[in-house]
Amino acid sequence: MKIVIETEKCVAAGQCVLSAPDVFDQYEEDGTVILLTEHPSSELTDDVEEAAALCPGRAIRLEK
Amino acid sequence: MDIFRAATTGTLTAETPAYPMPRASGCPLDPPPALRELLNHAPITRVRIWDGTSPWLITRFEDQRTLLADPRISADSTNPNYPSESATLAATNQFPATVTPDGEIKPAEPIAFITMDDPEHARQRRMISGAFAIKRVQAMRPAIQKIVDDLIDTMLSGPKPVDLVQAFALPVPSLVICELLGVPYEDHHFFQVRSSLLPKRTTPAELAVQTLLELDDYLSHLIARKRTEPADDLLTALAERVATGELSQLQATNMGLMLLFGGHETTANMIALGTMALLQHPEQMARVRETEDAKLIASTVEELLRYLTIPQIGRRRVALEDIAIGGVTIRAGESVICPLDIGNRDPEIFPNPDQLDIDRNPRKHIAFGFGVHQCLGQPLARLELEIVYSTLYRRIPTLRLATDIEQIPFKNGAVVYGVDELPITW
Repeated sequence: MKIVIETEKCVAAGQCVLSAPDVFDQYEEDGTVILLTEHPSSELTDDVEEAAALCPGRAIRLEK
Repeated sequence: MDIFRAATTGTLTAETPAYPMPRASGCPLDPPPALRELLNHAPITRVRIWDGTSPWLITRFEDQRTLLADPRISADSTNPNYPSESATLAATNQFPATVTPDGEIKPAEPIAFITMDDPEHARQRRMISGAFAIKRVQAMRPAIQKIVDDLIDTMLSGPKPVDLVQAFALPVPSLVICELLGVPYEDHHFFQVRSSLLPKRTTPAELAVQTLLELDDYLSHLIARKRTEPADDLLTALAERVATGELSQLQATNMGLMLLFGGHETTANMIALGTMALLQHPEQMARVRETEDAKLIASTVEELLRYLTIPQIGRRRVALEDIAIGGVTIRAGESVICPLDIGNRDPEIFPNPDQLDIDRNPRKHIAFGFGVHQCLGQPLARLELEIVYSTLYRRIPTLRLATDIEQIPFKNGAVVYGVDELPITW
């Protein structure tokens, strides 16, 4: 799985950090998303899929 | 069924249902039964609202999510087709109007970025979104825990019964947001009285505008003072944006007001109403009281957010282009309402939706809305509720209502649902 972020769509709601804190973080300045790893390990798949589904700005895209 | 067929074709008939609908008597924690009927039989339908217009009402969870995340949908409350919540809010949406040198009256920009579209919405939202990042909010945990503990100490040492709303539910978020913004808490009476008037449908439009003027005046003076007496708070950050020209004084004031409102009405209602809901489910209340499991508390917060969905008048939007959804085409210029309360009770997403189930962990709920306008303060709301739900019932294990549930006044005419008071004893 590869994670692609469209930062300009991020609304800093923090949903991704709540779902997958090992994969996503936020910039202190404006709370927008920081991708910690493009290719998360397989045990994080569920968390990452939840993060993508919950993202209110639809800023997280998953490529298989 | 004819009424539903007419509704789905968008034809207006005498039966076009009025929105909002009343809740059923005896079921104060459930959405209006008429919304359930529409979800079952006519999930996208025309309704009639207070000003005689007929927005589309979207009741299915997935349709609401799809629409609210659609960039072709506008939240701009100054759009002439915007389906205002009430005459009160319509008056404040258009406030303050500016008069051009030619004498033309132009409505002002929307009060705050929650009723603006991108790119201006994103520009303003990002000025303050850093303050609500998960880790920044988590760092407030000890301070919020202390606020909660102190208020419980005071309650326990005072007379009983006591009104949980005034003694606890309102002061918790109010103290927190005052701290975050840098608003002196000793002024809380001034803005609490005024900010509770604005979301009420029963507040006359003139009084609403007057109230808004007073609040604007209060906040703009406070922001101006932050220029000479800066502190580590959000109003100081806004004052700096005014100094650099990134925000007008009015924009900064309105943003401050939005944060002040958003910061206490909502969380306060979740504290009082959530307590009431748990008291009605004593087995689940006992588990919340006794658990050491942070995950169960987090799940309880999510489930109460879903189950209660306190924003009770729907998210309001206008289509900017034709949008095809659920077999219906919403034409450009037509208005849309997404009642989140029934969306969060959609059985396709949440089995047995009318049952409170703290094990459900329904993270997908849309109690905070969806799309680019989803609540910015949600990490703070979650943290406050986690601390409250994990502390209050443990500290007061015999907490119970001091009156019959029939005697409790519910906020049926307000933008945000809740109780006006909740007498409790122990």
